[in-house]
Amino acid sequence: MNKNHRVQSSRSLSAVEVKSKFGAEFRRFSLDRSKPGRFDEFYGLLQHVHRIPNVELLVGYADVHGDLLPINNDDNYHKAISTASPLLRLFLQRKEEADYTAFGTDSLTRKKNTVLSAVLLRPDANRKKPPVIISLPRDFRPVSSIIDVDILPETHRRVRLYKHGQEKPLGFYIRDGSSVRVTAQGLEKLPGIFISRMVPGGLAESTGLLAVNDEVLEVNGIEVAGKSLDQVTDMMIANSHNLIITVKPANQRNNVVRSGGGGGGGGASMPMHIIQNFPVDELESEDEDLVIEADGEAEPIRRAPSNYSMPSLPRYEPHLNLRAATTSVSSSALSINANGTLPASGSSGSLSNTNATSTTSSPDRATERRSLEEDGTVITL
Amino acid sequence: MKRFRRHGQESQRDRLKQELFQFNKTVEHGFPHQPSALGYSPSLQLLAIGTRSGAIKLYGAPGVEFMGLHDENAAVTQVHFMPHQVELVTLLDDNSLHMWTLRGHKGLSELLEIGRFTLTGPPGAPPSVTRVTAVLAHASGELLLLGTEGGHVFIVEVPGFRELEERNISLDQVAASVPDDYIGRRNLEHVEALQENPINPNQVVIGYGRGLMVIWDLEKQCAIQHIPATQQLESVWWTEDGSYILSSHSDGSYCRWMVGGEDVNEEEEKSDIPYGHFPCKAISKIIQLPTEEGPPFLLFSGGMPRASYGDRHCITVIHSKTHVALDFTSRIIDFFVIRDGLQHTGDPSALVVLVEEELVVIDLQTDCWPVIQTPYLVPLHSSAITCSHHVSAIPLKLWERVITAGELQHTHYSKKPWPITGGQNLAPDPPQRDLLLTGHEDGTVHFWDASGVCLYPLYKLSTAGVFHTDTDPNDNMNQGAEGEWPPFRKVGCFDPYSDDPRLGIQKIHLCKYSGYLTVAGTAGQILVLELNDEAAEQTVEAKVVDLLQGQEGFRWKGHTRLDVREEPVLFPPGFQPFALVQCQPPAVVTALTLHSEWKLVAFGTSHGFGLYDYQQKNNVLIKCTLNPSDQLAMEGPLSRVKSIKKSLRQSFRRIRRSRVSLRKHHVNNTAKLQEANARLEAELAEMELAPVQRKIEARSSDDSFTGLVRTLYFADTFLSDSSHNAPSLWAGTNGGCVFAYMLRLPPVEHRADEPVTAQPAKEIQLMHRAPVVGIVVLDGHGAPLPEPLEVAHDLSRSPDMQGSHQLLVISEEQFKVFTLPKVSAKMKLKLTAVDGSRVRRVGVAWFCSSRTEDYGESGLTVLTNQGDVHVVSLPHVKMQVQYPCIRREDVSGIASCVFTKHGQGFYLISPSEFERFSLSTCHLVEPRCLVEAPLHSGSSNQHRSQPDGASSAHRTRQESEDAGKKSVRGFKESQ
Repeated sequence: MNKNHRVQSSRSLSAVEVKSKFGAEFRRFSLDRSKPGRFDEFYGLLQHVHRIPNVELLVGYADVHGDLLPINNDDNYHKAISTASPLLRLFLQRKEEADYTAFGTDSLTRKKNTVLSAVLLRPDANRKKPPVIISLPRDFRPVSSIIDVDILPETHRRVRLYKHGQEKPLGFYIRDGSSVRVTAQGLEKLPGIFISRMVPGGLAESTGLLAVNDEVLEVNGIEVAGKSLDQVTDMMIANSHNLIITVKPANQRNNVVRSGGGGGGGGASMPMHIIQNFPVDELESEDEDLVIEADGEAEPIRRAPSNYSMPSLPRYEPHLNLRAATTSVSSSALSINANGTLPASGSSGSLSNTNATSTTSSPDRATERRSLEEDGTVITL
Repeated sequence: MKRFRRHGQESQRDRLKQELFQFNKTVEHGFPHQPSALGYSPSLQLLAIGTRSGAIKLYGAPGVEFMGLHDENAAVTQVHFMPHQVELVTLLDDNSLHMWTLRGHKGLSELLEIGRFTLTGPPGAPPSVTRVTAVLAHASGELLLLGTEGGHVFIVEVPGFRELEERNISLDQVAASVPDDYIGRRNLEHVEALQENPINPNQVVIGYGRGLMVIWDLEKQCAIQHIPATQQLESVWWTEDGSYILSSHSDGSYCRWMVGGEDVNEEEEKSDIPYGHFPCKAISKIIQLPTEEGPPFLLFSGGMPRASYGDRHCITVIHSKTHVALDFTSRIIDFFVIRDGLQHTGDPSALVVLVEEELVVIDLQTDCWPVIQTPYLVPLHSSAITCSHHVSAIPLKLWERVITAGELQHTHYSKKPWPITGGQNLAPDPPQRDLLLTGHEDGTVHFWDASGVCLYPLYKLSTAGVFHTDTDPNDNMNQGAEGEWPPFRKVGCFDPYSDDPRLGIQKIHLCKYSGYLTVAGTAGQILVLELNDEAAEQTVEAKVVDLLQGQEGFRWKGHTRLDVREEPVLFPPGFQPFALVQCQPPAVVTALTLHSEWKLVAFGTSHGFGLYDYQQKNNVLIKCTLNPSDQLAMEGPLSRVKSIKKSLRQSFRRIRRSRVSLRKHHVNNTAKLQEANARLEAELAEMELAPVQRKIEARSSDDSFTGLVRTLYFADTFLSDSSHNAPSLWAGTNGGCVFAYMLRLPPVEHRADEPVTAQPAKEIQLMHRAPVVGIVVLDGHGAPLPEPLEVAHDLSRSPDMQGSHQLLVISEEQFKVFTLPKVSAKMKLKLTAVDGSRVRRVGVAWFCSSRTEDYGESGLTVLTNQGDVHVVSLPHVKMQVQYPCIRREDVSGIASCVFTKHGQGFYLISPSEFERFSLSTCHLVEPRCLVEAPLHSGSSNQHRSQPDGASSAHRTRQESEDAGKKSVRGFKESQ
């Protein structure tokens, strides 16, 4: 079906039809597929076409499988644009009345109708108390992935943990140990580093990709052979915001089967995204230090000449910075924090501390700053 | 980018690197750790010290020193110079003998091992037969006599170690001729001592452990005389004229025997137990030396009454009516006496004593026998070193004033020059005057001349006088009471027991241009001192600074603040304190800096930091950096461990006092000490039970000690806008946070009355949250800003204020350059993420090219927790070179490292020794010296002027006694 569409019109390759629904109203417009622009521009465009400039929105779209997925940053926006074929169906909700439970991959075909109808037909009425809110959709982002499947031996697994902006601890321990390797001289016992413990509820455990007694072979592309436990610990901590560990799993039964057509996942134990050929420069995911100037605004430091990017989130397509596609964008008022969240009203406002400039009223500032740290939006980058 | 750079540029840079950087370990300063043997060559005038880790070190005139390391990692038990030669023989714990020589090479001498040898007994013999217990380097210079545990004497030809089996003196040969009435004839035991007759080298006396001494003729191969001593033998001495033999024994007695020749039934001429009546400890070595006119000198070690003074380490010197028991603070290893005259046969001039923790030289020709200041081998650890600070290129004025102040402190030393003068120091004069300041646990700061090979003590500053401590001012241990017996006299400066650990010095900063010094200590005290050439009596006013700024819920469980003396205190000429800040809570000061031009001192602890104006004596700024949930920092770091240490220290102190006053109670105190030791050990065992696993977790703002201030920095730079530079203060914390304050200083004419103000300007939270260990501002040319007053003294060009400045923040994990005044990241160098090592120490250094004098560049010298040193270029933060320097297990060595401004560095290889290293091709301080073989004296009769001073008789005993307690540290591995 998809193929048909593509063949049908060469025009549709360059343009994306957008059908946007807010409440009972539909708007239709088109976007240039090759120049989607940025999410904030797109967001402004939506507010503009629906004539709801001051309404905080949650933007969702139906993907090819019919899942309702959120659009809240450049990456998933680009993903949405690139996968739309050709129609991109958008569902807008007021932020304050959003039904978060509607989102998710599991809302797949089996629940498709009910979910969509829930969103479409009863946007604000007779909602039951949502069961358990696992996380806000705006926080949706990958937490882990298996990468480089095609270049690694099948017995190894390269796991990426996205600690980025998460409250969840990485949650594992490593130890010294010895592993048996096959060498030219036969079997040889060599010292190695192993995962010794998982913290229940930690990121490492929750991904299911790492396990106790897995041998750690590399940390962010650097071999650990010959390094001490303390060195490896320090390396992992230094890379903790974007940790890529290559392990030799103790349990070799769940390995990725490379030739396993299409699916790529090795069964139910691995439902995660499998991203192949991860760009190397992605490892340089920029840590953005925070600077608080005396005269107010806190801002993440960026590399002076760099173009804006969403650093530690995977990018599926090279980014093209084009404003041409979206014309009347009122995005200047909006900014996106480094972790891709829209600034909640006032969250950065508290940073523009006039106290800071006035005197040495340090305790006030300290507590104030701490409260910022705690809500995790600004400082914990 | 890099990948496409042209080849030529790469190699050009590589060549430049070779001209700028090279790594050398150049010299070891201080006192060798765990010395175990002493030797002296009167003809070479060289002193040799062997250590338990197998090192051998030779010292002559100041600057003349050699070092060698045995491949076997065994203790050196004996060192003997071959008479009138440049060879020396060492005996190791593993029973191997080694021959070393000083060989000339390119006009310099080198210490080289030229042979090794182990005695082989007859097949099937027990190892004791060949276990060497006594060594005599024969006056002929061709023979070694080796006495063994089995009682045999083996004769070996050197060099070459050829056994002369036909000349061996076996136990059977000797036993056959022992008089029948001799009590111990059944078992003579091992050979304890070997000595030759000073006037007839063919006669040697063999002393057996059981007490019997046999005078043996090497030519005729027969016994000439038997001396039937019945007490366990400790040492033997043949007097100068050859007519008497002195023997010392394990019961604290010594005997004098006439050497008769034909009279077999020799009688004991004189026997004495000098400290007798009650049982005494052994006299381990005895020496008697004649004087030109007058009575001889008698010197012996040990012999103290067992019960009351058995724990003293004493050498008794008796000359005419003078009788002194020199009381050392650590165990005596060995001693020898230096004699006057060309042939070294004149009057005794100096007594040289090697004790476990220092070398003491006593002038025997000046009344009262004062101590001669040692120009090297100085015990750096007279009180434990707690920090060090290096200042390069001291202006002459300050240098002279420090020396003058120091000379006033050295008045009790002998005026005589250093008596060990062998070899020539060929090292060029040091290009500049460098000071190394060491802070100590007892609150003293020692100033060392670190310009050359000898680390020479210049001046000692004590800060304890400012405070009331719990020491008893009457607890003066240096002088015993009138008429006390034995007549003790304390000598030596090793005193490891601090009276109050809070006095410990943690940070030092000296401004070499103004002579202002600031030191900070364990109990949050910050003293500002000024160099004054006159003594002055003054009150030091304390200013208490509350770093918590009203944080709630705080309970400090650490030590209390030091109690300041309110009455005026008399300070001797030198550095005199005039201002004191006390942090509240009184946590250890973790960062300190001084700006003498602005007259400001900045200090930080685990709770926050402050800025103090020492001209107006008030606080300008207090900033609390403590995270309120940080319980550990609140309670005071390691309060539990400290308390154990404290109780140990108190028990030591009690013991020390009791030595002087109440002798009887001392057993009781030892029990207490043992108890404390046991407790400490239990504590340590508990710690070691923790499984070896490491938690992997990102740093968070809730980690402990994130607020601990690691570094403070003053800079005149562009903090708020790019057109106006202004004074600023920067602080970096353990949590990866950098605070910047803009300072406003009143104009010079109003400096005394208008307030200095500080305004917060910036705050940078590093995303990776690693501790910030260094902050540097680079000028428009990318060069680090000069030190305060450096430009005013025309010693540095002015910084470039036209181009934009940059901020370099060095965390434990990475080097990061930011633009100024708008802070945005420009470049960085990641260290930990790439190789797992972390920055422990960092300094800014200037490297000159070895090829052209006019080229140089500044760089960062970095020491990592893996013990590697790196040079990182400025301003591009590129890794230049990397060398392994310290073993990564050597945590205290790594922690003690200090860099100089010219690419050298120091670190402790033991509590008492600094290793000096250099990363620079131009600034190298290493010994360059020449020792020439002595001319053989024409008169072959007067063959032997004096036997090897430290004779073979004295073996290191008690070695196992205290081996357990001390942490045994290996010598540096690569030698």
